[in-house]
Amino acid sequence: MAMVQPRNLKYRVWCARVGLWAFLAVTLFPFFMIISISFRAGNFATGSLIPENPSLEHWSLALGIPWVNADGSITEPFFPVLTWLWNSIKVAFFSSALILILSTSSAYAFARLRFRFREHMLTAMMILQMFPAVLALVAIHALFEKIGHYLPWLGLNSLSAVTISYIGGLALHIWLIKGYFETIDNSLEEAAAIDGATPWQAFRLVLLPLSVPILAVVFILAFITAIGEYPVASVLLHSMDKLTLAVGSRQYLNPQNYLWGDFAAAAILSGLPITIIFVLCQRWIVGGLTAGGVKG
Amino acid sequence: MTGVQKRGSGRPWLAISLLGIIDLLILYGVTLMYAQGEIAFALIMLILAVSASWVFISHKAYCYRYVFPGLLGVAVFIVFPLLYTVNIAFTNFSSTNLLSQGRVKNILLAQRHTTGDSIYKFQMFEAIDKGGKTDKKYYLQLTAPDDQVYKTASFRQPTAPKVVKARLASADISTETGVSPLPLRDVIKNRDHLYNLTVKIPDGSQLVMTGIRRFEASSPLYVASDKDDTLVNTLTGETIYPDWETGRYTHDGSDQIGPGFVTYTGWQNFDDILNNPGIKGPFLKIFLWTVIFAGLSVLFTLIVGLLMACLIQWEPLKGNGIYRILLILPYAVPAFISILIFRGLFNQNFGEINVFLDILFGIKPEWFSNATLAKTMVLMVNTWLGYPYIMILSIGLLKAIPDTLYEASAIDGAGPWQNLTQITIPLILKPLMPLLIASFAFNFNNLVLIALLTDGGPDLLGATTPAGATDILVSYTFRLAFGSYGQDYGLASAIATIIFLIVGVIAWLNLQATKKYQSV
Repeated sequence: MAMVQPRNLKYRVWCARVGLWAFLAVTLFPFFMIISISFRAGNFATGSLIPENPSLEHWSLALGIPWVNADGSITEPFFPVLTWLWNSIKVAFFSSALILILSTSSAYAFARLRFRFREHMLTAMMILQMFPAVLALVAIHALFEKIGHYLPWLGLNSLSAVTISYIGGLALHIWLIKGYFETIDNSLEEAAAIDGATPWQAFRLVLLPLSVPILAVVFILAFITAIGEYPVASVLLHSMDKLTLAVGSRQYLNPQNYLWGDFAAAAILSGLPITIIFVLCQRWIVGGLTAGGVKG
Repeated sequence: MTGVQKRGSGRPWLAISLLGIIDLLILYGVTLMYAQGEIAFALIMLILAVSASWVFISHKAYCYRYVFPGLLGVAVFIVFPLLYTVNIAFTNFSSTNLLSQGRVKNILLAQRHTTGDSIYKFQMFEAIDKGGKTDKKYYLQLTAPDDQVYKTASFRQPTAPKVVKARLASADISTETGVSPLPLRDVIKNRDHLYNLTVKIPDGSQLVMTGIRRFEASSPLYVASDKDDTLVNTLTGETIYPDWETGRYTHDGSDQIGPGFVTYTGWQNFDDILNNPGIKGPFLKIFLWTVIFAGLSVLFTLIVGLLMACLIQWEPLKGNGIYRILLILPYAVPAFISILIFRGLFNQNFGEINVFLDILFGIKPEWFSNATLAKTMVLMVNTWLGYPYIMILSIGLLKAIPDTLYEASAIDGAGPWQNLTQITIPLILKPLMPLLIASFAFNFNNLVLIALLTDGGPDLLGATTPAGATDILVSYTFRLAFGSYGQDYGLASAIATIIFLIVGVIAWLNLQATKKYQSV
């Protein structure tokens, strides 16, 4: 807290507050809209922000429960939304965990250890992370087709193939963690080394506990990237029960079968858990992000 | 730190035996691959296994133990697919030339023709198990020209070619067991499945279905000749050979027999790109838009993200915890959902955005059919999607700036603008720089946004390929390769290779800029 306060503080705070509210109103408009749409009956209705005749039709279908219409006819759910959501969560969790393990250990070596080709490797990482998997979709498809001949559980149309292929995204995270490690003074680790700790012990017992915030940031970023990944999953997966949410939800806005209302409910249903996870972890990160052990 | 390297593990034998087991598994895989003729893959696996073992056993390679798994991930999932894509760029790999030459040869060798001299009449029966259930299994009874009766093993409806064995039966099944054969209409219903069947009878003849009531003995159409991969047609005596330039089996160089196969075609795909004005023209336009799109996206997200980070880090603003959560929401919601939401909201006639604009100003912009408006929309949506990322990173970095700096500046009478330009931005930009470059690279290849929001549209005039005003290079390539215009993987890989070069140059330029910036 700054000890010296300018005189016109109150006026400035109100300006900032109004500006922030206006910005939030525009930014969050799509969310209000999509919530409203999910409660409107039918797939083509337009109307006010608060629906006049709220209907749970779309929510029922999104949860996989057939909906009985007013005229007695029954609408069956079109798509297995919950299965897609579960698939996405599995893929995202395991790929993020793998990315976290691999990038943390690499970042430690790049930040603390000195070895041949260190600079070259870092430069190569920097350049390579600009080449996303999107550019090599044909090759990735062909590669997993070949792998599938030997290990069918890791071939085309398997969730493990998608999980494994997402490891390619780790180069960016290595840079992110390395940057954070470098802000932590290594005098603590040196002290540990003088006491006889190996580099591994210094890493695991001294540096890692200090780095929990950045590890959480990396995990969340990797998780969100994996949940939202569309191109690779769309190329590798094809059967309905294996799709991830990102690939599956496109089917709602097919011009031949436009299910705008059903999409709204499914979007909220599937977006909500991810949003909640994010918000919960966000509080934790911010709580743990102290000014770092840099002072002194 | 390098002076204190010691034995890393207190239980070296556990580590070594674990490594041994993993190595054995890999060696098994390598042998399997080698046996199936994938020599290149087997060699790569072997090299990886050997280097991994060395890194984890040798004390000299101690530092590499930490980087090896990460490097392996980068090598296998970034470098290798890139090289493989460049490799495909020099082939004719496409939906018409999908298989290897060996597979095509096997397909030709599996083709059979009927000799027409031995016709077997057949009847179809439903297989009934001991419990009296049917379970959709069937068997056939075949009657040879000499009235021998054969009974096949039971089978499910085959959807792919399938061989079933038949054995000699002592008597006609329906007279012996009283079970009546299925009526003809059931046979007709199962016709497509039956065409997949090859029945092998004890004398070695292979029978295939040639009519709704009969099977015929067949013999192979092609036999392998002793010369290379040449095949001989047993009916006509013609020899056919693989044409490696066009990737097909041919008799005289002009016809094609069987499916095409993958072969190296040299610079053919690149030649198509450079000399086909329908591809070259849009390519340049799309490249320019890609750069503008990526650059403006980074700029806008940086401005908005940094501003919001500074605002909510500002102590006098009460309740900043709530603000932070609300501001992060666009990032917390998966992008593909938000993009699809925007696609609906921007809809020309039914979208809520135009409904509001119509009420407020009486206008209904054509967001999807006007090129400028479509580009504006893409940039707005992308700024909305991207600013929280910059904001999250900035919050973390802002917390690392010591409060004492701001206290000192407040004592010196500096205002918020001076704080921002003199303290915050200089301190935050250095650690943020690699991330901004990454953000530029990400947007340069932001296929998800374009594919889900506009799908590239509106279409560019004068293009012979699917190219649109909001298409960026990757979405253009994606549509060429996986769109509904035929899947030309070779051509798509050639364009992807050109994108590699462009991205590589940009990456290198940025790297130089970063180094220059950091050394000052």
